[in-house]
Amino acid sequence: MSLWKIAWRSIQQRALASALTAFSMAMGVALVVAVIVIHGVIDQSFRRGAQGYDLIVGAKGSPLELVLTAVYHLGKVPSNMSYEAYDELVNGQFASDIQLAIPICLGDNFKGFRVIGTTADMFDRLEYLDGRKYELAEGRNFRDDAPMEAVIGATAARKTGLKVGESFKPVHGSAADRGEEHEPFQVVGVLAATGTPNDRAIFVNMEGFYHIHTKPADDADRSLPGMKAEGKSSAKADSKPPAKADAKDAKKEAHHDAAGKPAHAGEAAGHHGHDEIPNEQKEITAVLVVVNPNMVATRRVALPKLINKQLDVQAVAPSEQIARLLEGIVGNVQLILLILAVMIVVVAGIGIMVSIYNSMSDRRHEIAIIRALGARRTTIMVVVLLESILLALGGGAIGLVLGHGLTGVLAPLIAEQTGVSVSPMQFQLSELILIPGLIALAAMVGYLPAVVAYRTDVAQSLISSP
Amino acid sequence: MLLQLKDVTKSFSQPDGTALPILDIPEFTVDAGEQVVMVGRSGCGKTTLLHVIAGIGRPTSGRVKIDGWDIALMAESEVDQFRAERIGYVFQTFNLLPSFTALENVLLGMTFGRLRPDRERAKTLLKRVGLEHRLTHKPPMLSVGEQQRVAVARALANRPQLILADEPTANVDVGNQQQVIDLLRETCQEEKVALIIVTHAPEVAEQFGRIEYLEQINRVRAGR
Repeated sequence: MSLWKIAWRSIQQRALASALTAFSMAMGVALVVAVIVIHGVIDQSFRRGAQGYDLIVGAKGSPLELVLTAVYHLGKVPSNMSYEAYDELVNGQFASDIQLAIPICLGDNFKGFRVIGTTADMFDRLEYLDGRKYELAEGRNFRDDAPMEAVIGATAARKTGLKVGESFKPVHGSAADRGEEHEPFQVVGVLAATGTPNDRAIFVNMEGFYHIHTKPADDADRSLPGMKAEGKSSAKADSKPPAKADAKDAKKEAHHDAAGKPAHAGEAAGHHGHDEIPNEQKEITAVLVVVNPNMVATRRVALPKLINKQLDVQAVAPSEQIARLLEGIVGNVQLILLILAVMIVVVAGIGIMVSIYNSMSDRRHEIAIIRALGARRTTIMVVVLLESILLALGGGAIGLVLGHGLTGVLAPLIAEQTGVSVSPMQFQLSELILIPGLIALAAMVGYLPAVVAYRTDVAQSLISSP
Repeated sequence: MLLQLKDVTKSFSQPDGTALPILDIPEFTVDAGEQVVMVGRSGCGKTTLLHVIAGIGRPTSGRVKIDGWDIALMAESEVDQFRAERIGYVFQTFNLLPSFTALENVLLGMTFGRLRPDRERAKTLLKRVGLEHRLTHKPPMLSVGEQQRVAVARALANRPQLILADEPTANVDVGNQQQVIDLLRETCQEEKVALIIVTHAPEVAEQFGRIEYLEQINRVRAGR
């Protein structure tokens, strides 16, 4: 018979006390697991979200705020940058450094999901992970010549119930407040899930976004994000449309008449008649930039600083900002939570020690019987240590299940608050540390009762009544 | 000769620091396969003697040789190993472990020796004592007589050379006493195992060819 079995039988004999101590260990381990899993998934999700772009360019201000807004759709929408700066970035001195630049405009929401004005390139050309482009689960991408078309992320589609062919009216503001309702957009596509924050966003044609924010001059004070009121153009605004933008504008103009009416009126829901918005009136929240892969390494490193210096904007590397956020603020919070959870595990471990130690006086007779059958002192010591390890590992295994269950319970809340989807089945490699950790803890807390067992006087204990 | 006790003394320390002598046995021997009954009144040192022979308690002085090995000179762990492989013990109160089944209790008797526990032998022994239908029953589910039979099977499990039985019928009802004695004697005979039974029951003692009175072989008796 193995010593494990002898230890297990001893646990069975004190089933209630053993179950309670194992349960307290389970609670501690569950917390540790929940902290590890949730942090791991958040870390992974944030880093994944930052992978698609090399740089985020936006108005000067907090770099982290810019990244959180542009990439994760979190926090307050920062100030906008001028369209002129955008044009200078993509068509000016940095044109050769940039492979792809996707402008985005923020400021509206639909049922709490951010409505983002952008271009069709977002889904036609951009990769959200290395080698992985956006795919449409239903419908198609919006067309640049159809300003009132929209494509929605997988989660946003599920939560809002919007389907291809349906319309929705964005509301002013970045939260689910009841603000001013705008003209409707028509959903033409639903994105396949990507595991990025974009699953929770609604993307509309940027031209349409500008149009719904167009206000008469006397209503200029109510101009919305992404738009400057007439007469409030950026000081750097040039009356001449930018070179690269020209190309796009020219393309658009092919579909619009001089009055800004679509050339193919009635062809698509998005082809409403809208006046062409002068570039001077346009603003952009941020530009998602993929740099030229052939760029010299030194230039690549210096690019953010050069952009910051040459243009009245800031360029930040999202991965850098997220690394700082995760390793700085989030990392410290996780460390504190982890320390607290580990302390709970240690307290549970002490509970195991107390439980086994208290049982020793009742078990002296049994220990003496086993010794009389030929077991050495060290064998008895090992049996007690194994008992402690079984309780810790058993409790740990239950805690592992509870921890992932807890993660599953918290997942909707985390998704609601942060947009990060956490699956209870996501296991983190760092969870493996629990096994040697629990064994070491069990060996430590089991040592005292094991020594008591070791010192049992066999002859004396055999004579005493069981 | 299987067992030889030579000038064995055993005393315990008293709270006032003086020694309380229990045993003083100049000579005691048992041959291989021999069956001996040791008779003595309560408190005369019968259990202490068995503990000394089993190596559970060390003698204060003297030699305890079993099959040529002086266990009084061995390290404690060596004595444990020796006991696990060569000695079987039947306790007055059976001393079965309550959370183990009958089969597991017998297997426990084979666990601490060098050989691997033999499940088939454990089953055979339980069958031999008439408990083949009680293999998975735990002691609280067994009658007193059945518990003592499991204890006998456990004592035989490690193929010992010597079985020590400490008043094995003391807690068994009259109807089962003879069964237990017969079982011990027959199985020891079959397995060619020497048997030392300690008892204070004359009806048990008179069945054995060799009866030893502890008061006669223990010189401490005169002073107690």
